[in-house]
Amino acid sequence: MAAEKIAFDLVSPEKLLLSAKADMVTIPGTEGYMGVMAGHAATVTTLRAGMIDVQADGRDDRYFIRGGFAEINASKITVLADEAIPMTEMDLAVLDQRISDAQEDEMAAQTDAARQKAAQLVDDLKLVRAAF
Amino acid sequence: MATVKEMRTRIGSVKSTQKITKALQMVAAAKLRRAQQAADAARPYAQQMASIIANLATGVSGEAPLLLGGTGSDQRHLVIVATSDRGLAGAFNGSIVRAARVKIQALIDAGKDVKILTIGRKGRDQLRRQYGSRFIESYELGLKGPNLALVKPMAQQVLDLYAAGEFDIVSLIYSRFRSVVTQVPTVKQLIPAQVDAAGAAALYDYEPDEEAILEALLPQNVSVQILSALLENQAGFFASQMAAMDNATRNAGDMIKALTIQMNRTRQAKITTELIEIIAGAAAV
Repeated sequence: MAAEKIAFDLVSPEKLLLSAKADMVTIPGTEGYMGVMAGHAATVTTLRAGMIDVQADGRDDRYFIRGGFAEINASKITVLADEAIPMTEMDLAVLDQRISDAQEDEMAAQTDAARQKAAQLVDDLKLVRAAF
Repeated sequence: MATVKEMRTRIGSVKSTQKITKALQMVAAAKLRRAQQAADAARPYAQQMASIIANLATGVSGEAPLLLGGTGSDQRHLVIVATSDRGLAGAFNGSIVRAARVKIQALIDAGKDVKILTIGRKGRDQLRRQYGSRFIESYELGLKGPNLALVKPMAQQVLDLYAAGEFDIVSLIYSRFRSVVTQVPTVKQLIPAQVDAAGAAALYDYEPDEEAILEALLPQNVSVQILSALLENQAGFFASQMAAMDNATRNAGDMIKALTIQMNRTRQAKITTELIEIIAGAAAV
């Protein structure tokens, strides 16, 4: 495969976590995981909780994100994550904490929309936990 | 006239004050660096978000969401005033509060309904006397410094109230960190979102669709805007505190110098008087 790379920025509200070139980035879109390579059609998508997979030079870096947005164009993908943690710093305790937080949110939700959102987050997080 | 002993005590007390201001200055300098890094680190996210919103806002078909299009009225205002919890920072909080007063008074004079939400203890204390009846909530920053977890409940309250139709326009007053020596009190309109239309050009596919993305993006944008304002405030606060404490240290130094000279003079005058008395006594014999 022609090794044209795509620029990848992963930012959270508190900091820029990663700015690198990658062969392929897999992101957890609301409508399913998408693999993004250079030359991708310009897209803006919302993200669900899940794993970002960054493949570069045979290496494979994974990040956990708790929802967010991605902006993609032919040469660049920018992920705006609500929260992002590198898998190397991640452990089950952290994940369980997120799940119980989300469950509390679900209990405390005032509106149907908010409850649905929290429930969705719980499901997504459980999926991540199952794959952990 | 004060005695030599009194003046020595006085100098001692000024010296310990100077030690405290010096220590505060150094602490502020160290914290400033960290606060500046935090503010810089938060910038890419806010910028990206603004550019996505700009893109979406110009491309959105049909009716724009409330947070973007507004309610179509400008009668009821919510003014969020962000200051620091602590003082000893020169004119930092004072200038934010002054800007807030100007804005609030202008709105009241124009016959608008104004409500106030404060973030930071100083702003609350200074505005309460005059506008206490208009307060809807006061938040404190706490010890940890601004982060998203701190901002979320504030943003949620604002969003809930907005969704309930309590306000038409929400603006945020904070101190923009231009450099270590200049911080500018700034009024920023939070809702409806301000869109920089010039940035929009690219054509995007939207997943799931424009409306759904905007719906998720705009509330998040409110949190992020408040967070970045608080981070800039934090950096400005420490910069201002550093300058104020530097001044105080220098003033204390000047004061010690003046007091020391005065003390030496007094002591010398006393000695001279004693000598004269002795000589006069001897001459009289």
